Amino acid sequence: MILDSLAVDIAELERRTGWALKPQGACKAEFCVPMPAHDGRTIDAAVLTERLGMPLVPDEKHGLWALGPDTVAGRALASAEAPELVLPDRNGEEFRLSSLRGLKVLLLAWASW
Amino acid sequence: MTIALDVGGVDAAGKFIDYAKPEHPALIDQAHSLDELFGVVNVPTGIWIDEAGTIVRPPEAAWPGRAVFREMIPAEMPPDADPWVVKALGVTKQIPTAPEKYVEALRDWVARGPESPYALSPEDVVARSRPRPPEAGLAAAHFELGQHLHRAGFPDDAVPHFREAHRLQADNWTYKRQAWSFADALQRPNEVYEGDWAGDVEKMGPENYYILPDF
Repeated sequence: MILDSLAVDIAELERRTGWALKPQGACKAEFCVPMPAHDGRTIDAAVLTERLGMPLVPDEKHGLWALGPDTVAGRALASAEAPELVLPDRNGEEFRLSSLRGLKVLLLAWASW
Repeated sequence: MTIALDVGGVDAAGKFIDYAKPEHPALIDQAHSLDELFGVVNVPTGIWIDEAGTIVRPPEAAWPGRAVFREMIPAEMPPDADPWVVKALGVTKQIPTAPEKYVEALRDWVARGPESPYALSPEDVVARSRPRPPEAGLAAAHFELGQHLHRAGFPDDAVPHFREAHRLQADNWTYKRQAWSFADALQRPNEVYEGDWAGDVEKMGPENYYILPDF
């Protein structure tokens, strides 16, 4: 998640990572981690690093940071619930993985390189 | 659904999609978000998801029908062939694949759903997913900065982040191959990155290049 500020938008955090800020803490699937109080709109990136193991990498030249994926579960998948995935097709039209509910899905990753 | 892990976006992946004329969703993932969201580290990789949105097989090497790269290996090399290409093809021949078994398992799951022995329990899916130590999280963050800067028109500023991603997660081939492809189309040794495809695969062992499904 690319940041231009260390105040992370909570809605964007959920959209990008699946972590939702709830009264009981930051939650993803059935997994919740207690969090300190926040203003309801943003949360300090340092808190996400400390509590969720999300690494924060700076690029000082461009005034940006990247907030990496959580490492708190020690695995790429903390649950078998497929995360939401929103990506464009070759015409730029967005497609959601969740729109395929009701179908079996083979998600096949490839590359031109 | 197919997803192209291509920082180059439509410019890189579009002609392949257009040629194939897919009847399924064919998407483009410039940021390699599949690595971060699912633990994908190479291509081609398959992930099985059931009707309820539950993953029943985590990322694994997948060739639904054909291991195409094997068909590209010539029977004989011309005497003046590039030595690196000869080496690369020699390494390629040693990479194990199992396309027939993959299709057999896939068809069984399609027909039998949760009764298929190839559909894993949620606990097994999580246990078989990629380990994610702190270094892997850092690698993902560096790669994301690299692809962001590359796409924003700062390819030279992307390089240090790509290099760091390679150092932190040496077995993530999408991070390596994507970056190498910008320095050399065949991913040969170059002045930008320390590694190259044939050398790195040889060092790691071709038998370790793909995570073959454990059926």
